[in-house]
Amino acid sequence: MNFSELATQVLEILAALAAAPLFLGWVNQCRAWLQNRSAPSLWLPYRSIRKLFYKDAVLAQNASALFRIAPYIVFGAMTVAAAIIPSMGTRMALSPVADAIALVGLFATARMFIALAAMDIGTAFGSLGARREMMVGFLAEPALLIIIFLASLLSATTALPAISEYLATQPLALHPSLAFTAVAFTMVLLAENARIPIDNPATHLELTMIHEALLLEYSARHLALMEWAAALKLFNYACIGFALFVPWGVATGNGPLQILVSIPVLALKLALAGAGLALIETLSAKLRVFRAPEFLATAFLFAVLGLLVHLLLGA
Amino acid sequence: MGNTPIDMQLLNACAALLLLLSFAMLSQRRVVSLVNLLAMQGALLCIATLLLAWRTGNNHLYFSAALTLGLKVFLLPWLLHRLIRRLQVYWDTEPMLNIAGTMLVGLLIVVFAFGLAQPISALASTATRSAIGIAVAVILLAFLMMITRRKALSQVVGFLSMENGLFFGAMSATYGMPMVVELGVALDILVAMLVLGVFFFQIREQFDSLDLHHLERLREDK
Amino acid sequence: MEFLLLLCVPAGGAIALGVLGGRRRAPELNVAFSLATFIAACVLTARVVSEGNLLLFREWFFIDPFNVFLVALTAFVGLTTALFSRPYMRIEMEHGRVTARRLRLYHAMYQLFMLTMLVALTTNNMGLLWVAMEAATLSTVLLVTLYRTAASLEAGWKYFILCGVGIAQALFGTILLYFAAEKVLGAEGVTALLWTHLNSVKGQLEPAVLGLAFVFLLVGYGTKVGLAPLHNWLPDAHAEGPTPISAVLSGLLLNVAIYAVVRCKVLVEGSLQSSLPSQMLMGFGLVSVVLAAFLLWRQRDIKRLFAYSSIEHMGIITFAFGMGGAVANFAALLHMTVHSLTKSAIFFTVGHAAQKTGSQLMDDIRGLVTISPTIGWGLMLGTLAILGLPPFGVFASEFLILTTAMKQQPWAAPILLLALGVAFAAIFRRVQPMVFGETTAKRLPHPPALLPVFAHLAIVLALGVYVPPYLADWYRAAARLIGGP
Repeated sequence: MNFSELATQVLEILAALAAAPLFLGWVNQCRAWLQNRSAPSLWLPYRSIRKLFYKDAVLAQNASALFRIAPYIVFGAMTVAAAIIPSMGTRMALSPVADAIALVGLFATARMFIALAAMDIGTAFGSLGARREMMVGFLAEPALLIIIFLASLLSATTALPAISEYLATQPLALHPSLAFTAVAFTMVLLAENARIPIDNPATHLELTMIHEALLLEYSARHLALMEWAAALKLFNYACIGFALFVPWGVATGNGPLQILVSIPVLALKLALAGAGLALIETLSAKLRVFRAPEFLATAFLFAVLGLLVHLLLGA
Repeated sequence: MGNTPIDMQLLNACAALLLLLSFAMLSQRRVVSLVNLLAMQGALLCIATLLLAWRTGNNHLYFSAALTLGLKVFLLPWLLHRLIRRLQVYWDTEPMLNIAGTMLVGLLIVVFAFGLAQPISALASTATRSAIGIAVAVILLAFLMMITRRKALSQVVGFLSMENGLFFGAMSATYGMPMVVELGVALDILVAMLVLGVFFFQIREQFDSLDLHHLERLREDK
Repeated sequence: MEFLLLLCVPAGGAIALGVLGGRRRAPELNVAFSLATFIAACVLTARVVSEGNLLLFREWFFIDPFNVFLVALTAFVGLTTALFSRPYMRIEMEHGRVTARRLRLYHAMYQLFMLTMLVALTTNNMGLLWVAMEAATLSTVLLVTLYRTAASLEAGWKYFILCGVGIAQALFGTILLYFAAEKVLGAEGVTALLWTHLNSVKGQLEPAVLGLAFVFLLVGYGTKVGLAPLHNWLPDAHAEGPTPISAVLSGLLLNVAIYAVVRCKVLVEGSLQSSLPSQMLMGFGLVSVVLAAFLLWRQRDIKRLFAYSSIEHMGIITFAFGMGGAVANFAALLHMTVHSLTKSAIFFTVGHAAQKTGSQLMDDIRGLVTISPTIGWGLMLGTLAILGLPPFGVFASEFLILTTAMKQQPWAAPILLLALGVAFAAIFRRVQPMVFGETTAKRLPHPPALLPVFAHLAIVLALGVYVPPYLADWYRAAARLIGGP
């Protein structure tokens, strides 16, 4: 490990931490524009996180230690995930351990702690949300794994940076398998980040909510960490998508110039992805909760079809 | 993988989309959409045939493509749409197996089809040999659709989709059957559709419905 | 020339009857066309007997001992059925069950059906064989639904869908066959689907592909043969259509379908050099025999009863072709002949019986001998013949098949014997009271003309006692052609 790799790594983590709320703000802004509402400020997520950090935490009387440490674990998991996803460069300090399956494991860990913490207090909404979250996760994870398997098959490795580097250096060609998995990935992204059509991020206290139900009992710094982690999760998913499906522009060496170039490229991709996400959310209607399995089954289907098409056609 | 020529890439894309359309048909409950999907399948088949004709310089494939275009993209869907309008069947009832279940069975079928096609693909010398598995999968998926649907019209769409799969299989394994045979098959399909049209009106007249559960009275022991 | 006539007469008949089929004299016209077809078939047969195999129209059509005897049989049963249908359909019209328009459809489709079967039998092109088989289904679907009753529509729908799906499998098999052949014969021209060419290079065809092709072909054409478990359409279609159609379905179409299976089997066996195709045929055949024999016990409708009996006999024939070898093939061919004659004769009498009593339910039919001795004795003799009682021809062929089975496949012989016994009991216990039971119905003033019935039964009887040498030579030649282990 040399200095430049370490520097890039630190830079990437800091950038992810800093940019995640911004990305969330951007998606919300685009959504507002598309729906003819006056948009909230881009910086609103930062302000609400800051505000929450200044408040005093209120805990339920029967809250256990798990409830208190869960936000730190979740936030930590998301930060580590951000560190191993090659969003800016593929040669970084943590690249040797950046395994795609480990990444899925990190997400699973975060999900488990969120669900446990939500059930810890014992309120009805918490358990409800936990159950739904686990259901979505149970269905979305296999799809995500298969998407990653396909990428691994193509590049003969499960190391994310190597996958991204391989895909980025291939000549441009039509890959039906990748197109199918891209669709599957988008669906998984929507489901995992509690976006429409699975959950509505804009509402509170609705009987069909998932994400908000999990966080109902949190306040102050705990809530801030949880919200920040959620923003990071969205950011991470977007970056995984870039690494697999639009890897061009990522720094494949560790020269300062390449890193410098990769930052505006990443910003551009994020801007486009955010707008696209907002568009999808505006165009689709929220599904009833019991339709969610069908939605995710379709995602799974697309992923497996992609895999099968690759195995058969080699394309 | 990056150095396959562009026409082969397009052919592969056609094959993949054909498979996707088969799944779309499996999940579709609106009869009108089913017919549209069938027409799209026909169009893809036509494009694939054209690409192959252009690639191999095989003239009879151009005729085959024209036949596909005329029959499967325009004539048959038009006939089906007319039937739907005149019989006023717009929705299929809930299929025997729920959609997600059908999809999972469908995936297993695709795996099976790929296994089945392996020995054929291994022997084929055509550029499109890898698509044979997809053709078999389309055939079997159409079969699954016929099993799980109750409305007569959806079953017919499944039947025609199966025919599409067969054509695609013939094309990818051998660059198409001899022209006369292809013409004969096309003629048979057309006549089958006309017979069915007559038939539907008879069923309709008799039962006031095209739901096939009316047609479950004859048993082995009657 | 004769051959051209053979195909053109039914084609012309279909067109002529499509225009005139509803007229009062249409049944006679139908008979006339069938007679002309039969004469053409006879002349063609004579020519094949004297000159040997024929290849016609740039090898598109091919006549050898195997198919020419089926052509003759088809034309003959086509003629007698037309004779039978003349009074039968007239009575149906008087009863108001069919209108003139439907009668026109009936006559036109009857001729078309004959044409498709003749094309299927004589073509040398495996692709055209498929097309003709599918056309045969299509031309009979509307005949099955001729009465437009709920049950007939259901039967027609089942027939269409099951055979449609089956025949689609056969198309895939044909594609695979072409795929294998194209490697050896080249894609230029259309020789790669011509049976004669395929037969001459069958040793070089890729075994793996042909094995797979045979599975699809057997399932596809086997659906049309009515082999279990793909037999569901058969009893319904037989029971709900007009009786002449039941007679030709059972007597002819099933034969043509078996013919297609056997043609495929010859190719595949030559390529595979293994007994896989034989074993598959034997397996399907045996399952059909056993299943049909037991299902016979549960039938209440007389036409369904004999439809299941057809499944049983098709199973026997398939099993015999599966065993292969000179004797078994000979027996199978003989059985095809006698079954087709006997079964159509039975359907003729059943048709009259059902028409007289106004019901197809066996419990409603009683004492046919008192009502009309000709119908009663016709049904009784036909039943005895189909059950394999000596001296009828069915006994001879079944005896040959059983003895061969004892020698070649000893495990299967007891199963076959048991199934035959079960079928015997099931049918006889039903037919006996129908013929001799008590009845209150009055005797018919004049006996119905049952010339076709007794003509068929006489031939079956004759074949049981004595197979003329030229016929035997003919069978032997065909049996050699089919070959087998």
